[in-house]
Amino acid sequence: MGLSVSLKKKVNGFSLDVEWEIGDELAVLFGYSGAGKSMTLQAISGLMEPDEGTIRIDGTVYFDSAAKINVPAQLRSCGYVFQDLALFPHMTVRDNIRYGASGLKKSEREEALIKMMSAFRLNGLENRLPSEISGGQKQRVTLARALIRRPGLLLLDEPFSALDNPVRAEMRKILSDIRREFTIPVILVTHDMSEAYSLADRMIIYAGGKVVQAGVPSEILHSPVSPDVEALINPPGFIRPSGDAFSFLPLPISS
Amino acid sequence: MLDSSALFSLGLSLQVASAATVFVVVIGVTAAYFLASRDFKGKEMVDILFTLPLVLPPTVTGYYLIILFGRNGAIGRFIYEWTGWTIMFTWYAAVLASFVVALPLMIKTARAAIESVDKNLINASYTLGHSRTGTAMRVILPLAKKGIIAGGVLSFARAMGEFGATLMLAGNIPGKTDTMPLAIYSVAGSGEWSGAHAMVAVFTLISGTLLYIANRFGKRMI
Repeated sequence: MGLSVSLKKKVNGFSLDVEWEIGDELAVLFGYSGAGKSMTLQAISGLMEPDEGTIRIDGTVYFDSAAKINVPAQLRSCGYVFQDLALFPHMTVRDNIRYGASGLKKSEREEALIKMMSAFRLNGLENRLPSEISGGQKQRVTLARALIRRPGLLLLDEPFSALDNPVRAEMRKILSDIRREFTIPVILVTHDMSEAYSLADRMIIYAGGKVVQAGVPSEILHSPVSPDVEALINPPGFIRPSGDAFSFLPLPISS
Repeated sequence: MLDSSALFSLGLSLQVASAATVFVVVIGVTAAYFLASRDFKGKEMVDILFTLPLVLPPTVTGYYLIILFGRNGAIGRFIYEWTGWTIMFTWYAAVLASFVVALPLMIKTARAAIESVDKNLINASYTLGHSRTGTAMRVILPLAKKGIIAGGVLSFARAMGEFGATLMLAGNIPGKTDTMPLAIYSVAGSGEWSGAHAMVAVFTLISGTLLYIANRFGKRMI
């Protein structure tokens, strides 16, 4: 069970070459901008075709260059939350979420819609346009839209980077609720260390298109494989949790 | 202000431009969508072919249309053999001429509008399980709507003003194919200045209004 990824892709002089595997857990892809994290998400979702490699989820092959298999993005069961959220500006909150339900049977659609609206506390906002709601509300609409058809995988590309700290804390709470409700692999791209610590079951550290270290956060914090990784996971302003406490006591620290 | 033959010409112009605009919108938006969102062999050539009537003298466009659709033309010959009918010197010929010269305006405007739709929204639609056609109908075209309307209005205005290709293909038959621009040419040519003044004034007013509407919908115009 879970997701296994092995990718090679060259674009404009940048070369991505990564291989990793996760279970039904939350994995944080961590690294500087331009390390290939977002590109990995695009490859998993089918928006970008790798040159070589395989992508498998729960045994289903989405991509296999050797076997010439490339399932189109439309047929992959991936919920994808984009950095800029990509809510449809001409559709109401309800229509945005309903747009994600196309894979469901007609009879199930309305019920799922009502359930999502209340699970993400969007009741009362049904007829508003994305331009008429707050940043946190937009986040919740985007998550509801991505999850309504119960995807096999959730991809989050720095979804909280544009939010104020209190709203970020709320979104982290929502994310843990989602993980209770959906037992699927969740991949979160971030370059916020405290966010990574407080949310990750597993961290995959990217640098220059390669995975430099992968493991549970405590392991990476205690024994970074190189000075570069050490510098990366100890950014200025990040207060290192002491002792072993951090492994079960996440400290959301504002940067 | 306008006499009965001028009123006929105005009515015919509106009729011709309306019919041409229907075809321009359907074919122009489809062509613009493919040019904006797909890569295919010969795309540049297709774009040039569609754009040529914008820069060619209308008489040259008209000449090509005669070669294609005239009674002995490449396509017109077969139509004439099968039906005994030719499009030449009918109001349909005026529609065809207006369609061809107005089409590039629609394609240019609609293509710019379609290309300006945020790529992330299109990708989001794909990851939510929607096909390319579904995405085009529910995301791309609705978001490009203003540009498409502006293109349609501009095309209508251009179709109204078509003269050269219409003259070559439909002729200037009073009471049959003399659209407003052709009628103005005839009236001015025979020195009936008062009639010409009125027609020119009406035509300018209509065209100006159409441009105003097009500007209201499209932020940037060609």
